[in-house]
Amino acid sequence: MFHIFCPYCQEHREEEEFHARGQAHLMRPADPDNTSDEEWGDYLFFRNNPRGIHHEMWVHSVGCRKFFNITRNTVTYDILETYPMGEQPTITADSEKLRKEQGVQTADGGWQTVGAQPESKALNEETSS
Amino acid sequence: MQRYSGFGLVKHALGHHENWERQWRNPTPKKRYDVIIVGGGGHGLATAYYLAKEFGVKNVAVVEKGWLGGGNTARNTTIVRSNYLWDEAARLYNHSLDLWKGLSQDLNYNVMFSQRGVLNLGHTLQDMRDIQRRVHANRLNGIDSEVVTPGQIKEIEPELDISSRARYPIMGASWQKSAGVARHDAVAWGYARGADALGVDLLQNTEVTGFKILDGKVLGVHTNRGDIEANTVGCVAAGNSGVLANMAGIRLPLESHPLQALVSEPLKPVLNTVTMSNHVHGYVSQSDKGDLVIGAGIDGYVGYGQRGSYPTIEHTLQAIVEMFPMFSRVRMNRQWGGIVDTCPDACPILSKTKVKGLYFNCGWGTGGFKATPGSGHVFAASLAKGEMHPIAAPFSIDRFHTGALIDEHGAAGVAH
Repeated sequence: MFHIFCPYCQEHREEEEFHARGQAHLMRPADPDNTSDEEWGDYLFFRNNPRGIHHEMWVHSVGCRKFFNITRNTVTYDILETYPMGEQPTITADSEKLRKEQGVQTADGGWQTVGAQPESKALNEETSS
Repeated sequence: MQRYSGFGLVKHALGHHENWERQWRNPTPKKRYDVIIVGGGGHGLATAYYLAKEFGVKNVAVVEKGWLGGGNTARNTTIVRSNYLWDEAARLYNHSLDLWKGLSQDLNYNVMFSQRGVLNLGHTLQDMRDIQRRVHANRLNGIDSEVVTPGQIKEIEPELDISSRARYPIMGASWQKSAGVARHDAVAWGYARGADALGVDLLQNTEVTGFKILDGKVLGVHTNRGDIEANTVGCVAAGNSGVLANMAGIRLPLESHPLQALVSEPLKPVLNTVTMSNHVHGYVSQSDKGDLVIGAGIDGYVGYGQRGSYPTIEHTLQAIVEMFPMFSRVRMNRQWGGIVDTCPDACPILSKTKVKGLYFNCGWGTGGFKATPGSGHVFAASLAKGEMHPIAAPFSIDRFHTGALIDEHGAAGVAH
């Protein structure tokens, strides 16, 4: 069960209040009249389907009913950050790789967000996994 | 290969069952094969089996990162039917159903295919219109489908609540009598044993880590057990197809989602058939062991975790209790999730790619089990001839750019 922080309501709510709406940051072709079949097909149907860090759009459907984005790990299901529409993620697959190499892990098994300090020094040490 | 028979069973019983042969070898990878199949699930093993048996390609390897049939083949709800709306899909699934009918004899392996029929319930006027349209389309394609009334449904499945007191009263159903269930594990094992006997190497615990591609042509795969060469590679990796495609620099129109199933404690025989409902969204049958086999929708987000979310379990069981109020106090025994590769039009992709010699058979989403024999057969034909089999041809990946989609969301049975 996800416990999702809505960036508009500014509080954590249960998964059932939300609805997943697929990959985030999709750009509609700017000039639809001069867009090839290739580009239309790519825009409509082709998606990143990563095993790992994924940026996706969710809607707080029975809450504030606003859309926002989540950066989530599709294997561990850890939610790494939520951010409003129009903003860019601070955590990406590349930055996450870097952080893992540095070994800054939080107490609950997730990875610390950018800029935050680990809660204790012990957490800063490399884990055997 | 040791053939199985009633006589053999008696013979081995007298020998205290100590002399059964292993069902397949555990070979060391050769340097080179004619065809490599990536993925040792039902579809991959079926492909290898038909390649060796019908198309004379015996120098084949099946490369599997885990154990045979350990993915979605072991995680589905075993429903087999072919009542799909569009001609292309109906041909594919019906080809499969034809192969199911003789599969146990063909493989000399009891896959426990039981044609107990499938009901697809309608709860609204629109449901009934869709059902009628689909049934008529089915009949034009030679599929034994009919529309049944609530009275007839009660005769087929007496425990279904057809009363008007239900929250979503049942108005009718489509009924495919030749549909049914099969034993999922036995299908994988039967194909594996058959393929092995024909000389196919089944390489377990062998994970593909990359493709060897030169000048747009595939030359083989890199694995954790060394490189293996082949000029034809067929990827049949279900939920992980996207990960494989990435290694080859190909994008697929797929999203991988967890799909859950659950089984109850074993009960005495109570269900005659398979009951599915798109509207309240759940499906249930009873295994020969007695447990209710229950499934419903995918989790809405992309996930590779092979586990599902609790809200989905709750919705699933709500649907089951809505259809069968008598199950309200049945206890569930086990629950699990598989990773299904869903396609935008709810139809699979059987296709060549821009890399010569590299083929994909994926996108079966929530309904791949029923297609195992047909999918394997037409994919094997395509790999052997280098040209897509006529039944497989409409399922090319090109359809997402030409617009020739085959929209089977209505018949797929699982919303996604």
